[in-house]
Amino acid sequence: MIHSEKEVVQEVLHLNEEEHASDFDHPVNVKLKTFRFNAETDYLPYYKTYEMEVTKDELVLDLLNRIKWEHDGSFSYRRSCRHGICGACAIKVNGKAVLACKENAQGLVKLFGDELVIEPQSQKRAVKDMIIDKSDFWQKHADVKPFVVADVDPHPSTETLISPERNEKFLESDYCIQCGACHYSCPALEVNEDYLGPAALVSAYRFSIDPRDSATEDRLELTSQLGVGVWDCVKCNECVEACPKDINPLEKITKLHNMQFEQGIAKRNVATKHAEGFVRSIKKYGYLDEADIVVYSEGYLGMYKHVGTAVKMMKAGKIHWHSGVPFIDSVPKIKNLDEVQKLIEISMTNTL
Amino acid sequence: MSQLHYALFTGCTAKQSTPELLSSTLAVAEKLGIKITILEEASCCGASHLQDFDEFLAHVLNARNICYAEKLGLTMITICNTCQLNSQMTKHALDTNPELKARVNEKLAEVGLEYKGTSQIKHFLYTLIDEYGLENIKEKVTVPLSHLNIAPFYGCHNIRPSELHAESNNHENPYNPTSLDSLIDALEGKPVEYESKNKCCGFHVELQANHASEVLSGNALLDAMDNNADLMVTPCPLCHLKMDTYQPSISKVMGRDVKLPVLHMPQMVALALGCTEKEIGLDFHVQKAKHLYSA
Repeated sequence: MIHSEKEVVQEVLHLNEEEHASDFDHPVNVKLKTFRFNAETDYLPYYKTYEMEVTKDELVLDLLNRIKWEHDGSFSYRRSCRHGICGACAIKVNGKAVLACKENAQGLVKLFGDELVIEPQSQKRAVKDMIIDKSDFWQKHADVKPFVVADVDPHPSTETLISPERNEKFLESDYCIQCGACHYSCPALEVNEDYLGPAALVSAYRFSIDPRDSATEDRLELTSQLGVGVWDCVKCNECVEACPKDINPLEKITKLHNMQFEQGIAKRNVATKHAEGFVRSIKKYGYLDEADIVVYSEGYLGMYKHVGTAVKMMKAGKIHWHSGVPFIDSVPKIKNLDEVQKLIEISMTNTL
Repeated sequence: MSQLHYALFTGCTAKQSTPELLSSTLAVAEKLGIKITILEEASCCGASHLQDFDEFLAHVLNARNICYAEKLGLTMITICNTCQLNSQMTKHALDTNPELKARVNEKLAEVGLEYKGTSQIKHFLYTLIDEYGLENIKEKVTVPLSHLNIAPFYGCHNIRPSELHAESNNHENPYNPTSLDSLIDALEGKPVEYESKNKCCGFHVELQANHASEVLSGNALLDAMDNNADLMVTPCPLCHLKMDTYQPSISKVMGRDVKLPVLHMPQMVALALGCTEKEIGLDFHVQKAKHLYSA
């Protein structure tokens, strides 16, 4: 079906309206409590509040422009494409990661009330107002070889065909615009600067799933390292919430976990044994044996770290045993356990 | 109001290290006249770890659990955020991907089960608020918590991803959740305002990234303490385990004395409804909490 240009424009407008639906059909007064900082002259950051009337079609980027054009010409932020594709204008509003050029301002008022707190993605990396030093992000990105590694025939006689089924496997990971919204929302990165973080892991997945690529093993090796790779994800889903492209980084992290087992990259360590150890427990009881999973993952020698906690838990009556012997059969069995055992037998595909 | 009746997916923790969670849940349900049928057939949800090893197997096991709620024709309620997330993730995956649903059902058929997608899955917190109703809870309060500053700690897996949970958590705003605050209000307690209420406790990397885990929970506990909390309350037993059991080691990592009683959400409700000391089960806490019970 061929659409007229007008129809297409109307359709796009309609889509935008749905995405940015706001309840107000009139302008609202908004206070913008705005993070201000100039690393060259300021010792500490401070907040300045700008008040303005916001109409229903205005985006956060329009408000940033109005701060600069109507209030203070020194106010600094990044902007470029204005179409949600360059990723430059990513900031946070009331802690929520947004692309300024994509986010309807009244929609945020509906979510947070009439005081909007405008902040850079990362305050500790602030250079000037909304502008941050993103070098950590780009370094992590570079670490995962974010490109197809292949011996390319300079004079190919055929195209490299990608089937629709194969294309599905990318799970839209190739939609990433490197805005950093997930990276700077990740609490694991906040407390462990060696962790690759969700954006780099999405990239690692995107190129590892590419049939033309030959560096998958390298990427899986890197992303399987403790302290650096997928095992340090805390599973908080902040990245899923933050992504303006709905990529779901955590889903890709789970896929990378699975690929490590499928391709025999996973080595036996505390993290891989912890994941695999669930099967061992569930087979036996249906439930997870909380004590056994720690002993199995850490190994008996590794248990010295947990003795203090175990004693405290025992004193509080948190550790039970049905067999009379500590740590042996400490869990009741579920009803119809045989079903679960059968399902594990016929459904499990991976091994450690 | 006709009697509410739910199928309870207890999860593993309530059957082991946090028996107080199960006993207080059942006590609250009884006080409020909510009928509970425990799904004794339900297995572990995989706790966000089994799926790292074998995603398909995790879907099969979660689908089996849901089958038992469907058989009863009841909504499945959870008392653990992670059980809620994993069950909901499987439900969403199967309800939106017919090919995956067929593959899962092929396995389930071997044990005489079929996943249909007819049961809703809802955390007990939202059941109390959305279906029983805060006004009705207020009427049942016999021991108001008015002397207590209570820090609500929401736990990630009940509020994120917001789109996945929207129907079951009444569109909770993950950046500024309010449900637990409103429940504290209804029990006449004073909800503590603090930034960490929707943050991560670090439970899931407890073994392999212990330092990160301790700092994450330390930040939240200290934030609550610095805002004058007398106690913290959470709807998630995994947050509870992390934040109650590990306070001595968290103190060492943070270089500050971390001491704050942490209650399960149903324990807090049970206190206000005047349930018995045994049902509330404050004995089972590592961080002393028994003083919160006044007979």
